[in-house]
Amino acid sequence: MHYTLCDCVLDLIQNSVEAGSSLVLLDLAQSSDSLDVSIRDNGCGMTEEELKRATDPFYTDGIKHKHRKVGLGIPFLVQTVSMTDGSFDIRSEKGTGTEIDIRFNLDNIDTPPVGNVISLLYQVLCFQGSYDLTADRSLRTGSEELSYQVNRKEMLDVLGDLETAASLGLLRDYITSQEEDLH
Amino acid sequence: MSKMTLEELRNLREAKKKEAAQRDTEGKDTLVIVGMGTCGIAAGAKDVVDALLDELKKVGNENVIIRQAGCMGLCHVEPTVEVRSPGIPNTIYGKVDGDVARKIVRQHIVDGHLVNKHVYDKPAADIIEQ
Repeated sequence: MHYTLCDCVLDLIQNSVEAGSSLVLLDLAQSSDSLDVSIRDNGCGMTEEELKRATDPFYTDGIKHKHRKVGLGIPFLVQTVSMTDGSFDIRSEKGTGTEIDIRFNLDNIDTPPVGNVISLLYQVLCFQGSYDLTADRSLRTGSEELSYQVNRKEMLDVLGDLETAASLGLLRDYITSQEEDLH
Repeated sequence: MSKMTLEELRNLREAKKKEAAQRDTEGKDTLVIVGMGTCGIAAGAKDVVDALLDELKKVGNENVIIRQAGCMGLCHVEPTVEVRSPGIPNTIYGKVDGDVARKIVRQHIVDGHLVNKHVYDKPAADIIEQ
């Protein structure tokens, strides 16, 4: 499995971008005992058969690397939630997109750490491509819930680009300040 | 750090641009590509991007372009970083962690010398075999 839950989410978003999505929605809702992640994209999607095979670690579509026989992105997710009492649901339609809902169980001792949410959020905005992405992040502590949202188009407008080290550094500072406000 | 507004972010970006314009165009033609497929992420690519940003800021070379790509076929030596810099052949580095990333910035991008121990040029065997 991935080292952190954020790595797992980053991997799934990379799939969405590579699937040619023009719009990706990411929701990260964290409480003391769970991290609920939802991902919606309008990428190429999968047929029922392809979706079934995507959970098999020894399957890949072979489009990118012809001889390759493994594809571990979704199997890592399956492994993580099944070993730690979490849950997930993937729905996909060919030509329409894919939806994933995950509940990571933070109470289980074998669940990997949440990881670095700041790095996750600035890096999901910086893959190559002309996609838009909105990330909603919330943290519930007791009865209080705080949240913020970042949007790729808005960040592109403010920063001018999302590829120079200068822009990426400022984007990271911006998200750091939003994240610190939650704690 | 207090919560930054979009306006503050915009002003900081403008200030950076002015600063960069005064300091010439150092690093403008350098492109760094980080492999961020499942293999790259599993091996620590997220931390590599963080380390690259930190070090480029330290050496004042923030015009460098960083792109996050998918799997480049070098899964056996992830995380991988490709550097395209004027005057040096395009180079793919493998088994890059935070320390190596910082070395790539100082040694390759700033000083123009390869970080020899981490140069890799062939994709994984299962990709090149017929």
